[in-house]
Amino acid sequence: MSLLRVMRGKPLGALGGLLILGLVATALLAPVLAPYDPIKVKSSDRLQAPGLSHLLGTDDFGRDILSRVIHGARISMLLGLGAVAISTLLATIIGILSGYYGGRIDIVLQRCIDTLMAFPGLVVLLTIMAMLGQGLGNVILALGIGGTAGNARIIRSAVLAIRENQYIEVARATGCQDWQIIARHILPNIAAPIMVVVTLGLGVAILAESALSFLGFGVPPPTPSWGAMLSGSGRTYMIQAPWMAVFPGIAISLAVFGFNMLGDALRDLLDPKLRGGPQSRG
Amino acid sequence: MSRYILRRLVLLVPTLALVTLLVFSIIRLLPGDIVTLMMSEQGYASDKAKLEQMMGLDQPFYRQYVTYVGRVLQGDLGVSFWTKEPVLDEILRRLPVSLELALLAMVFGLLIAVPTGIFSAVRQDTWLDYLFRTGAIGGLSVPGFWMATVVIVAASIWWQWVPPMRYTPFARDPVKNLSQLVLPAIILGLALSASVMRMTRSMVLEVLREDYVRTAWAKGLPESLVIARHVLKNAMIPVVTVMGLQLSALLGGTVIMESIFVIPGMGKFLLDAITWRDYPVIQGINLFLATGVIALNLVIDVVYGFLDPRIRFG
Repeated sequence: MSLLRVMRGKPLGALGGLLILGLVATALLAPVLAPYDPIKVKSSDRLQAPGLSHLLGTDDFGRDILSRVIHGARISMLLGLGAVAISTLLATIIGILSGYYGGRIDIVLQRCIDTLMAFPGLVVLLTIMAMLGQGLGNVILALGIGGTAGNARIIRSAVLAIRENQYIEVARATGCQDWQIIARHILPNIAAPIMVVVTLGLGVAILAESALSFLGFGVPPPTPSWGAMLSGSGRTYMIQAPWMAVFPGIAISLAVFGFNMLGDALRDLLDPKLRGGPQSRG
Repeated sequence: MSRYILRRLVLLVPTLALVTLLVFSIIRLLPGDIVTLMMSEQGYASDKAKLEQMMGLDQPFYRQYVTYVGRVLQGDLGVSFWTKEPVLDEILRRLPVSLELALLAMVFGLLIAVPTGIFSAVRQDTWLDYLFRTGAIGGLSVPGFWMATVVIVAASIWWQWVPPMRYTPFARDPVKNLSQLVLPAIILGLALSASVMRMTRSMVLEVLREDYVRTAWAKGLPESLVIARHVLKNAMIPVVTVMGLQLSALLGGTVIMESIFVIPGMGKFLLDAITWRDYPVIQGINLFLATGVIALNLVIDVVYGFLDPRIRFG
């Protein structure tokens, strides 16, 4: 019943949720859904236009685009979840230390966050990738580190708001240890903003991977990552075989769109105070 | 007010120190022996000891750092391995190009974002509000480089138009220069407008619920006056802050647009430097951008403090 009400109240969020559900199902069932092997080269099928045998056409190696897009969902989810796990874990630790303990720890950590935030996001990612070298694991690590500072700031402000509550004071007065207060009172209460951060972060990670791939610092071939598909040869053959880049582009846009819609709706539902995004006063 | 500015300036010192430390460490955090790598891959110097001396790597870490900061304070960001020119000169030559692109993008972004944001808030939950919001999220979801590629391909197929391969400076031919920058600026501006539109909408919504706005309505003022005089003035302050924060993202976005449209700005320079492992340039651009963003945020915060007394006394 309540789910129906949510869907009626937040139709855009529900649409986002559906898109994400589709994405997760595609990622999980990729080997079943994909009609062809995503990395098997077949030169006789080179650059075929979308048709009955290849619904979305083939690329310059004769690989089926549909199968690559379907398997790309796996890579994108893996990449997004990995990056978000790293950034959320780090951000939660920093946010709690900074928000709960305050004082000097807060001042020092906030200066570090200020410092990291001063560098343009893509520049940070590029520099980290230049240091680490190519590879799926390195992309995940770079995206994770790159996303930490902004998230830490959001989580810190959530912790600050909760710290002022009376039940925290009561818990302290009854002799609870800091870690008990953090585990029992702070963490459950910042679950909502964390969920929002995770949802929006997944979209950001997928988009950032595509930008890195475009600039030549993403997931190396032949891994069917959406970003790699629409940058390398996808761009070279853009006029000859536009389907090579168009379909992965649509897949990225739909996935990111879904995460953004869902994240927005979650933010409105769970935490009206955070409305307006990470830069909101509050 | 002067105390507020002073406090902000004091806080600036550790941040800037951290920025320099971070930028300085980049080159030393690289896995493997970078000197060997540079010699074997790029042949920067014939002698390992000479190269280490050139980079100051033969001294202890803290001394290297102090020397580095001392040089930076004198405006010396080192010499590019690749072009053999001072990094600062190289940056300053390319900065106007990137700034022009970023500013144009900002103008486009504002032209789209502010009217739609206000409209969405005033007509909250109508179909147009949904349309604008969906459009804004869409703008945040489509990769900019993909949009740029599609636009270029479509233009070349339908109108036989291709972006010029040679950059024309504004001073030489303003019309030609602008016609070259307009497309990347619009695409960059679209992504920017999405976040600014959302911020404008939520701020206008917040202000619309204030008592003084209700009073304005109760006085019988027409809608346009209430919005222009009472709502916008108060809602736009945080939007200006967001614009400032977005400038950093915008400068990052220029990396992509400059490489697609062959515009010789800082972004393209950075990308080339990373490809060629030109570390002094990577360091220099990172330091330059970060310092610029910090300075800009300081200016915005101070202006913000002037406009909103709650900040400076808070």
